[in-house]
Amino acid sequence: MFKKSMLASAMMAFGLTQAVAAADAPTTLKKVESTGTFTVGTRAASFPFNYLDDDNKQAGYAWEIVERVSDAVKRKLGRDDLRVQRMEVTPQTRIPLVANQTVDLECSSTTHNAERENQVNFSVTYFVVGTRMLVPAGSPVKQWTDLKDKRVAVSAGTTGERMLRRLNEERQWGANIVLSKDIDNTFMMVKTGRVDAAAMDDMVLHGLIARDKEPGKWAAVGDIIEPEAYGCMMRKGDAEFKALVDGVIVDMMKSGEMTRLYDKYFMQPIKVRGGFSINAPMSDEIRELIQNPSDKIH
Amino acid sequence: MQYSWDFLIYFKPSLTGEGDYWELILHGLWITVSLSLLSWAVAMGLGTVVGILRTSRSRPVVWAAALFIHLFRNVPLLVLLFLAFYVLPELLPPDLGRRIKQADPVVGQFVTVLAVLSLYTAAKAAEIIRSGIETVRRGQKQAAEALGLSRFDSYRYVILPQAFRIIIPPLTSDFLNVFKNSSVAMTIGLMELTGQTRQIGDFSAQPFEAFIAATVLYSLVTLCVIWGMRRIEKATRVPGFLVGE
Repeated sequence: MFKKSMLASAMMAFGLTQAVAAADAPTTLKKVESTGTFTVGTRAASFPFNYLDDDNKQAGYAWEIVERVSDAVKRKLGRDDLRVQRMEVTPQTRIPLVANQTVDLECSSTTHNAERENQVNFSVTYFVVGTRMLVPAGSPVKQWTDLKDKRVAVSAGTTGERMLRRLNEERQWGANIVLSKDIDNTFMMVKTGRVDAAAMDDMVLHGLIARDKEPGKWAAVGDIIEPEAYGCMMRKGDAEFKALVDGVIVDMMKSGEMTRLYDKYFMQPIKVRGGFSINAPMSDEIRELIQNPSDKIH
Repeated sequence: MQYSWDFLIYFKPSLTGEGDYWELILHGLWITVSLSLLSWAVAMGLGTVVGILRTSRSRPVVWAAALFIHLFRNVPLLVLLFLAFYVLPELLPPDLGRRIKQADPVVGQFVTVLAVLSLYTAAKAAEIIRSGIETVRRGQKQAAEALGLSRFDSYRYVILPQAFRIIIPPLTSDFLNVFKNSSVAMTIGLMELTGQTRQIGDFSAQPFEAFIAATVLYSLVTLCVIWGMRRIEKATRVPGFLVGE
């Protein structure tokens, strides 16, 4: 009896929340207007997309997009007093926080994929990355097919892990995949000789090598097999707000601002851990993207 | 809230091409349960020995046992695991360290967590066992000596059977904690239930459903443990023992 009534009330609560969401789903702009607050997601160490620099200031290629969008929201609503509230997110919390409307906009190193589209909207793509391998300089591993009977580390839960595990089955690379908790641990696995290679996003990889004490000891190998698109996340089904965000990003691409941002964050030194430069010239994929902006999944 | 629920996600194939999501969850559950039961078995054995040594008459033995307990009880489990997995192999002779690091990764991760979780749990169990032994009334110990039992026999036949009956309830709590503590394995990359759940949440973009499944499974496992320990408690009950005086 007790159990039955519990179940019933749980189902009712569930049904109710769904009904409320459907009937009363203010658009992002309406919500921002009524609360006077625009909430954006920040990341602590998503170099060089969204991070805290040595002066403890939020910075990054994607963070500057967030700042442009915040200005556009203020202009659109004609409210200069709008408060832009920052909320720290992690890869695990960012999707639920955007889906439940705590965070209005999240731009960092978030890959746009089909599964995530069930929960959130994605803006026009602002960056393209791909999974490559970090190996000790002079390693016999030069290509993905060299991974046979070798160990390769990858951060659990990343799109890189997904690709590696799938292609390892499909193409029978025969690699022994070792999971690790995060990017720093993945790098440590290579450093301590626990694995022969580490698979990760190429920009992350360049960043890790660049800020290592001895950058010459490491090399980036393996071609990008499946490029991935980075986009801003916002609430699902809000076409008006997506149009605003897309407009800001496309304008940045057309005006040449995006190219300047690329130079600032990927070619010049960034203010992290004493300053280092990632030094990764723009790929053809990104050049193509800036000429023909799109919000397609790669 | 615009989260789109999809409870059929469990029956969809994983993006990694390694089976359906429910199969991955079951695999995680299997690792959690086997890891926890093995750790508990080792911890009970080791904890009993250390707990008894804590009540020894020899000072150095008591100190050695106390040192063990304090080392493993006062350092967070996460830190212990990190030290054992990343730091320990670097401190060993290079050859041995390399051999450890080149072992099968999943086996290496499993054995490391098993060792650390066992030591951590043993340290806590040892304190409970010591307190159980000290709770046995002095008259019982004196009577055992008066009967001419050896030290070993008095522990074996008089003290421990009573001590263990007293400590079943606190031990049950620790037994439950092993299952929950085993989730730290995720931090060195062993995909037990929590790790698998988190990963499924990331892959499918349905994190709530994944965590609901984990919550239900952990609850089922711990309910089984509680039920089992109750059975043991009842089966070993001695009439008249442990009633208010």
